[in-house]
Amino acid sequence: MALLEVRDLAIAFGGLKAVDGVSFSVEKGEVFAIIGPNGAGKSTIFNLISRFYDPSAGSIRFEGREITGLAAHEIAPLGIARTFQNIELFDHSTVLQNLLMGRHAHRRTSWIEDLLFLPRVRREERLHRRRVEEVIEFLELEAHRNKLIAGLPYGVRKVVEIGRALATGPKLLLLDEPASGLSVEETQDVAFWIEDMQKDMGLTILMVEHDMNLVARVSNRVLAVANGRPLAMGTPAEVQGHPAVIEAYLGTAAVSKVSA
Amino acid sequence: MRFIFKTSYDRDIDLFEDGWHRARIAALLAVLVALPFLLGEYYLAEATNLLIWSLAGMGLMLLVGHSGQVSLGHAAFLAIGAYTDAALMHCGLPWPVAFAAAGLVSGLFGALVAIPAIRMSGIYLAIATLALFVLVEEAVILAEPITGGIGGIMAPPIQLFGISFERYGALANFYWLCLGVVAAVTLAYANLLRSPTGRAFMAVRDSEVSARALGINVARTKTLAFGLSCAATGLAGSLMGHFLGFFNYEAFSIFISINLLLVVTIGGLGFIQGAFLGAILIAAVPQVLSILRDVSGIDTSGYPGLETVVFAAILIGFIIYEPMGLYGRWLKIRTFFDLFPLCRRDMFRRQKSYLKTERMR
Ligand SMILES: Nc1ncnc2c1ncn2[C@@H]1O[C@H](COP(=O)(O)OP(=O)(O)OP(=O)(O)O)[C@@H](O)[C@H]1O
Ligand SMILES: [Mg+2]
Repeated sequence: MALLEVRDLAIAFGGLKAVDGVSFSVEKGEVFAIIGPNGAGKSTIFNLISRFYDPSAGSIRFEGREITGLAAHEIAPLGIARTFQNIELFDHSTVLQNLLMGRHAHRRTSWIEDLLFLPRVRREERLHRRRVEEVIEFLELEAHRNKLIAGLPYGVRKVVEIGRALATGPKLLLLDEPASGLSVEETQDVAFWIEDMQKDMGLTILMVEHDMNLVARVSNRVLAVANGRPLAMGTPAEVQGHPAVIEAYLGTAAVSKVSA
Repeated sequence: MRFIFKTSYDRDIDLFEDGWHRARIAALLAVLVALPFLLGEYYLAEATNLLIWSLAGMGLMLLVGHSGQVSLGHAAFLAIGAYTDAALMHCGLPWPVAFAAAGLVSGLFGALVAIPAIRMSGIYLAIATLALFVLVEEAVILAEPITGGIGGIMAPPIQLFGISFERYGALANFYWLCLGVVAAVTLAYANLLRSPTGRAFMAVRDSEVSARALGINVARTKTLAFGLSCAATGLAGSLMGHFLGFFNYEAFSIFISINLLLVVTIGGLGFIQGAFLGAILIAAVPQVLSILRDVSGIDTSGYPGLETVVFAAILIGFIIYEPMGLYGRWLKIRTFFDLFPLCRRDMFRRQKSYLKTERMR
């Protein structure tokens, strides 16, 4: 059984069919990439899986369980974590606090216990810290641990967001353009981390990415979409060479040249 | 320059970052406890009032500074606290019970109000809470058998174990009582901020989208923040009632709401310390003005709006020059000396945020 199974997914905003009949399934332990030109509906697919949007048709199954009936905040406890294309961190908190906020799905104490800071709260806090420190070590964020997000450079924020998602202890990690805006070296780091998360941590990763070098390097399978519809699916090489994909990219490139 | 070496997670979890910090807080507490021996009647009453305002300020700070919601109606919760306390004591209940009930009733009412209110934010929430305030004010006037209507009501004197805590007869005792309450609430507030509940509040404040993606139930979190905020304000209302001795609906006017909002914004949004600093400033302005008047010999009694003008000028000044408030200013000064000579000018400048186009609401 696939870890994530998306079938005939569709949603429209007004008249615009942002996602229109997309099906794919992500196997456990796989790195699965979604590619496509701007406005293809990639982020919308993520927002549907995160339950920010209600699909007009189709189903999303995680570990065999239908999740389209759940609320957005019920997704993280299942073991699905995500990052955002445009970085949504808690700007007025430190890196450490941001990562600790990632532990929310694992909290066991009530607000009354928290107000009194009973011994159990401290025990739980130690546990959360230990997990968060592992993430800090893995992503080499030590130097930034106690800095406010608001003062961090873009590249570091991007990494902190991956860290916050990792801190939730996910089974499935959704990365929306993890390398966009990063330098060549930073993109290299992201590639290494994705490989480590897959091989050492046993994570399954669903990723949206424009950088085809990164996609070709880390992903096992690729789905190409355009205008909300699936174009091709297969190994990175197969999809990159697919006539429909080439046409979709050339087409938008040509259009953007004309309009520019 | 001072270094703090953290050798275990507990160092980060503890309330005090080191022995020096603990000693400073202990010294502050000692001075506060000794205050009745150091001050005369007039200034001790001012200090008591300041404690009560700090308590109400902490209530609003939790809402505005830590969960990112605004309220122009917090005077209503002061009123609910004050009237609940007085009414129950008139029924013969002892003060501790009436006091706890004041917090509970205000908190529950706040949580109830939150259910529709949390769908709104910003100016809409401000207007909705303002409407709520008007509603409560009318209800207070109409519910004459309980509240005394326009005529007002007396807060019965507090007697515990045969000791009087009456504001006029035993001011020192009443001061210590207020100090105890404020210390307990401050501790609970600090506990909240170092635990998952407080982090959830701040998460909702900074990015609702992320909060939801991390498994935080935004509606529930905001409702809880409202409830706790109103409970603390209700406790302050109860003490305020006893401080005034006799009060009617005018004691909890819209200006009290606005002053509370001034306390938290001038003090520094998002810091417990800000509630105290803001309360001190608000209490100090009239004092300083009257001292200036005495010293300069200028008769300002012909300008009754002077205080309001000074408040407004201070607020505008802070919003333009120091959005982090008094406590933020203090943090900057302290960081400067802690890091001396390594401080950079742009240390606290905010990085430009990138691309917020995809933000969902
Ligand atoms: N909340 C929304 N309301 C209306 N239209 C939307 C909304 N979200 C997305 N869209 C539209 O749906 C289409 C797909 O958007 P989406 O963000 O999924 O594209 P994308 O593939 O992620 O593109 P990019 O590579 O630029 O990130 C776009 O035309 C976008 O304008
Ligand atoms: Mg996108």
